[in-house]
Amino acid sequence: MGAAWLQFVASGLTTGAIYALVALGFTIVFNASGAINFAQGEFVMVGGMSAATLAAAGVPLPLAILLAVAVAVIVALVIERVAIAPARHAGTVTLIIITIGVSLFLRGLAQLVWGKGVFRLPAFSGEEPIAIAGATLLPQSLWVLGGATVAVLALRYFYGRTLAGKAMLATAFNRLAAQLVGINTRAVLFASFGLAALLGAVGGVLIAPIAFTSYDAGIMLGLKGFAAAMLGGLGSFPGAVLGGLVLGLLEGLGAGFVSSAYKDAIAFVVILAVLFFLPGGFLGARSSDRV
Amino acid sequence: MGLSTLSRAAVRPVLAALALAGAAASVQAQEAIRIGAFLSVTGPAAFLGDPELKTLEMYVERINAEGGVLGRKLQLFSYDDAGDAEKARTFAKRLIEQDKVDVIVGGSTTGATMAAVPLAEQSGTPFISLAGAVPIVEPTKKWVFKTPHTDRMACEKIFEDARSRKLSKVALISGSGGFDKSMRAECVKVASKYGVDLVADETYGANDTDMTAQLTKIKASGAQAVLNAGFGQGPAIVTRNYRQVGLTLPLYQSHGVASREYIKLSGPAAEGVRLPAAALLVSDILPANDPQKPVVSNYRKNYEDKFKSDVSTFGGHAYDGLMLAVNAIKAAGSTDKAKVRAALEATKGYVGTGGVVNMNANDHMGLDLTAFRMLEVKDGKWSLAK
Amino acid sequence: MPAAATVSEAPAPARAWLARPRSGGTLLLAALVALAPLALPNNYAYEIAIQVALNAVVCIGLNLLIGYAGQISLGHAGFFALGGYASAILASRYGVPVWLSLPGACAVVGLLAWLLGRPTLRLKGHPLAMATLGLGVIISIAITTEDRWTGGPDGMQVPPLVLFGLAVQGEQVWYWITGALLVATVWLALNLIDSPNGRALRALHGSEVAAQTLGIDCARFKLQVFTLSAMLAALAGALTAHYAGFITPAKATFLHSVELVIMVVFGGMASVFGAVVGAAVMTVLPQLLTALKDYEMMVFGAVLVATMVLFPQGLVPTLARWWGGRPQ
Repeated sequence: MGAAWLQFVASGLTTGAIYALVALGFTIVFNASGAINFAQGEFVMVGGMSAATLAAAGVPLPLAILLAVAVAVIVALVIERVAIAPARHAGTVTLIIITIGVSLFLRGLAQLVWGKGVFRLPAFSGEEPIAIAGATLLPQSLWVLGGATVAVLALRYFYGRTLAGKAMLATAFNRLAAQLVGINTRAVLFASFGLAALLGAVGGVLIAPIAFTSYDAGIMLGLKGFAAAMLGGLGSFPGAVLGGLVLGLLEGLGAGFVSSAYKDAIAFVVILAVLFFLPGGFLGARSSDRV
Repeated sequence: MGLSTLSRAAVRPVLAALALAGAAASVQAQEAIRIGAFLSVTGPAAFLGDPELKTLEMYVERINAEGGVLGRKLQLFSYDDAGDAEKARTFAKRLIEQDKVDVIVGGSTTGATMAAVPLAEQSGTPFISLAGAVPIVEPTKKWVFKTPHTDRMACEKIFEDARSRKLSKVALISGSGGFDKSMRAECVKVASKYGVDLVADETYGANDTDMTAQLTKIKASGAQAVLNAGFGQGPAIVTRNYRQVGLTLPLYQSHGVASREYIKLSGPAAEGVRLPAAALLVSDILPANDPQKPVVSNYRKNYEDKFKSDVSTFGGHAYDGLMLAVNAIKAAGSTDKAKVRAALEATKGYVGTGGVVNMNANDHMGLDLTAFRMLEVKDGKWSLAK
Repeated sequence: MPAAATVSEAPAPARAWLARPRSGGTLLLAALVALAPLALPNNYAYEIAIQVALNAVVCIGLNLLIGYAGQISLGHAGFFALGGYASAILASRYGVPVWLSLPGACAVVGLLAWLLGRPTLRLKGHPLAMATLGLGVIISIAITTEDRWTGGPDGMQVPPLVLFGLAVQGEQVWYWITGALLVATVWLALNLIDSPNGRALRALHGSEVAAQTLGIDCARFKLQVFTLSAMLAALAGALTAHYAGFITPAKATFLHSVELVIMVVFGGMASVFGAVVGAAVMTVLPQLLTALKDYEMMVFGAVLVATMVLFPQGLVPTLARWWGGRPQ
């Protein structure tokens, strides 16, 4: 029985890393605009689907990945210009509906372009499971975990050390003040959408070998990614990763020990309990209202 | 020119015009035969509805190109219910009330079908369902028929095979969708008939990406074989995880993943997996004297040539549904709904992609267990299990 | 002898009465409901009308929560489905007559909403959205998994409503029932908004802190609106179940909750008629778009985005503003 719970943990970490990558994308857009981008799951899907179809057409894998990420970023930037920027002064709920409309549009477009089939990418470094004390982990899961870690470190560096990143942080903090010091806040929103799509697409590519991808893969990923971001603390990058891993672990352990049918419900109950006591999530800002 | 000459000169063109008008009128009077379809073309059951729609559209076109049925063209009215039973009901109502169809071939999922059954019964419209569960035809409903094998038949075929391999302890793992749950329930019901003892009963969500936790529990349950009642991408992930956790027990899948896509997604892990399926998937290796060989080979060639994608047994069910309807209309000599229904019920010896169909007043499906073949994955391809 | 007074010379109070939404607007809606059957050619059209009416009832409640009270709920489909299942289970497994199981289901869901609402509504903004989303998902999973009660993913059959010994079946009968319900709900909602409770709600939306300093018990009002909107959703869900004769868990999914929020925001927040218009458009539009086949989802998404970009406050308030020519 000892190996069993270790396998539950391994299973949970695998799914958790996937959620972490999606959650990071939510955090980026939230940091730049205060809005939730419900189309984030679709960015992940576009990245994965583009790479899978390119690879199936014979394009060598590294090039396929590069092109796929480029496609996702371009799509995101176009959407930002057409749908988000014109509505940036609208209320939060309106923006949410707009991003939902965008996700529907992207899903419909994906369905037309790629059909309704399920695709996968070949694993990056082989399919042999790695055995650790009786539990098994796929090498691709390590890629996903590694990808999430690298992403967090890179974002930390970007936001902390580069001028562009600091400009984004400033805009998130107080848009008016940022404009007053000469930051082009429209460009910040534009760039952050592209960045979120970049991250999402990379995530989609990394998970395609184990989670597959299809035109509607974005729905569940978006939902779980949002939940993970809220759990870990919206606006915090380490929080997004932590939230993703915890959510995955809750599902894996819930499936293993309690009931595989109810594992999602268990995870959400825990999230609700956390939110009731810590509305900002684990690492989110302890918010105080300005009166 | 006298008046009589003038009138005689005028009479011929007028007569000709009248004759033409009469011919045109009689062609117009040959109204199209309306076939209605509500299918799950998008959503969680797109796996079912997409090939079904493609098949219906392709064959309606082909039949019309060959002259139609009873000299009339076929007209297809199709709607996408996206896997939602309530939408399916609305579309079924639309087909019956607004589009005034003569026969319905549709209902990709059991939920969608059951939602439309009362409408078909009340309005007296023949309804050929493309869904799997037993309640559709048990108890028999006057106006409702179905073409796919029931999930109970799949369970029976699998347990029959397990018994022949002396496997009596079977672990179940299934998804959370309607197809999965329905098949799981049927398997639980018929297990004891085949001396099978179900030692585990795990489930996973439709969009889950890792089932190693559930498979680890199954590993510890003392099972001699595993049955995955599922469809969509879940079973492929289960198959990969199966090898990952080191399970080597015989693995049975459901007829829901009888497709080349399943093998592609599962990779080498699919080797040795068995499942019950219609002969369509192995049309190329069927013996020459197999009664189904011409029909399935023909359908497969047409589908793969036109759509450049692998044939699917679900598309085959739609083909059977359409052909049964067309044959019934021909036998009835009209689209009178009562006559078509009676002709459908009297179908005997129809060789379709699903098997040989023999219906009667108590059996509105017409297939028996021989319609299912036990297939096994060998060298990355479907082959007939020995 | 003076000529009979024409409408334009009608005494001022009557004109003012007609111009107010509660009276004039409701009258107009009632007239629309009464006259619409002249334009409905077949039972399918009646079916769509019934769906519009029931969706509108849910949306009016949801609008009170989102538009007037300024909260958000991404899980309202859960209440809708619970209402349907509760009434179905009471009626078919416990033999409760449907005219009793309907209000019973509303009461059960109302109680649940009241209990769950107390901790949930202490959250604001995105955490509240997440909490309501989570509630909806949990309800959806429970309904799908407990198949001994609910029939599982394929749903369950629901007995019809029986009044005075007669089964209430048929599109036309149900049209009148749901139409009357819609008019009544609109009238009730407009009354609520004009009442002291309604003004408290609007103050709450404006600024919760300011409202508290005025002595308004915000937590209580938020909970009241939440419970009311949950009960309206449950009522609509139960009526849908008994009308259609069956119910499936598809009614409890996150996607359905999102559909409801789209209807409310599209039609116009803080506008009761906006909720009705939003429900009408979002119910009829997919039926019209079926002609587009594969392009349907894409076009629907594009239409949604375009409308929200052009009418950020929703259809009805923006149109009302253009019409009235003055800022709201």
